[in-house]
Amino acid sequence: MEIAFFIITALLTIGAAVAMVLSHNAVHSALWLVLNFFGVAVLYLLLNAPFLAMVQITVYAGAIMVLFLFVIMLLGSEQGQEEVNGLPWQTPVALVMGLLLVVMAGYALFFPGTPVPTTQTPNEIGAPDILARKLFSTYLLPFEITSVLLLVALIGAVVLTMKSREGDRV
Amino acid sequence: MNIWVRLITLLFVSLILFLATTTAFAYLTLFERRILARLQNRVGPNRAGPGGFFQPLADALKLFFKEEITPAQADKAVYTIAPALAMIPAIVLFAVIPFGAYLDLSFLLGEAARYVPIQLADVNVGVLFLLAVTSIGVYGVTLGGWSSNNKYSMLGGIRAAAQMVSYELALGLSILVAIMLTTTPTTQEAANASLCSLMFGQQPVAEISALSTCRIVESQGGWWNIFKPTGLLAFGIFWLASTAEVVRAPFDLVEAEQELVGGFNTEYSSMKFALFFMAEYIKLIAISAIGVVLFLGGWRGPGVDLLYSLGYPNVAGLVSLGYFLLKLIAFLFFSIWVRATLPRFKYNQLMDLGWKRLLPISLGLVAVTAVFAVVTQDMNPYIAGLFGGFRR
Repeated sequence: MEIAFFIITALLTIGAAVAMVLSHNAVHSALWLVLNFFGVAVLYLLLNAPFLAMVQITVYAGAIMVLFLFVIMLLGSEQGQEEVNGLPWQTPVALVMGLLLVVMAGYALFFPGTPVPTTQTPNEIGAPDILARKLFSTYLLPFEITSVLLLVALIGAVVLTMKSREGDRV
Repeated sequence: MNIWVRLITLLFVSLILFLATTTAFAYLTLFERRILARLQNRVGPNRAGPGGFFQPLADALKLFFKEEITPAQADKAVYTIAPALAMIPAIVLFAVIPFGAYLDLSFLLGEAARYVPIQLADVNVGVLFLLAVTSIGVYGVTLGGWSSNNKYSMLGGIRAAAQMVSYELALGLSILVAIMLTTTPTTQEAANASLCSLMFGQQPVAEISALSTCRIVESQGGWWNIFKPTGLLAFGIFWLASTAEVVRAPFDLVEAEQELVGGFNTEYSSMKFALFFMAEYIKLIAISAIGVVLFLGGWRGPGVDLLYSLGYPNVAGLVSLGYFLLKLIAFLFFSIWVRATLPRFKYNQLMDLGWKRLLPISLGLVAVTAVFAVVTQDMNPYIAGLFGGFRR
């Protein structure tokens, strides 16, 4: 039953991703992406990581995509113009790299290495309190670096708006 | 238990919950209209049935038979699914709300039903589930406004997106305070099986996450969170932020009749309009229920524990459900009272309140709660309980 559930979810997720790329209307694209996020959240649940699943929905589907929609609606740019390809060298590079990815995935599929031994059962890893403990002990440095990075972005955004206001006054 | 039996049971309970929620919605509208009328020195709808008891039925019947119009230039697909997108998250919220303690149905269904929780599911990320579902509730309103292809509707939709994203932060932080006040069980408590572990499998109490809604209610056996100093402040912030989150008066800018003709739902008619209306009220009930669970002690009240220890689990279960509903109705009454009293905010005031007042205050409150919890942890258990000290 779990396998059947996984296959349905995976197909839905991939289908939503494809539909997002192919859709001509920006709002429709955004909605397909939200569906994709939900599919990924369900996959996290299947992997015994409820915390990650909930955070995925809250942060990506609930906050980031709402802001995307907000901007699309505010600018009224649902129907993107027929754009000229500004980066002509991009297409061959993307093709090569995509091919490389497929080869790597195929290699991993057909020649699996020895699995990394885990000391914890999957049930333990997904629990919120264990995740929190790990985050604030073993992975404290990456955690702090990430928060500093976010703070820099925040200050950057404030500084950008401040500058334009000074310009008005002069 | 067989997985299919379990699945069918869950579906059945979900159906009951769904019907109960929609009925509660119908009578909340009547309750609100009668109370608003009293507060404004009017009589209110009292003609259909005794005291207007059949008014919701009449309203529903009327809405069913209204003509359904789709604007010619609307985005048909999005226009059609928007009401459903508003409705689904509102109802899903009820999945993890503990309405009461437990019933003993072993005389009916055998030994397996000795502890039947009055709650659909208890997940170890319960509160995060609530936050996640609330955060996607904005799509219905926003998309409804956009897809109507009407300037005023779209303004309503844009306002909804900005408002809900802004107030989610303060809402989440005030909920965080309630979680921090959920004390970790003492070794004494951990030795005994707790209610939550009895109702949802036999895991020891120390392993139940503090994010579980059942555990949050259970931990309020001594002091309810609203009676703790930091809890009271957090409750105030929660109440303001949740009112803004469900776009109720005085924060109902998404449907400001005077400026936006109607609001995000101007172009909607018949049952599609009714679904938006329903979603709004069901979300109000849900967020009030969340407030009761997090701050007002959920189903706790004098006598429940006593009745359980005397060996009347079914009476105790029903009494606990009664306490929960009583608190919920009080919460809803307060919300209606505020709607009748306060005028609508201006948009800049709304944003100022969210970002410049509530967000810094709630951030500070989280820090203060953490400090109190650490300072009081080795003190007298009553003081430690009052400040959410982590007892050992």
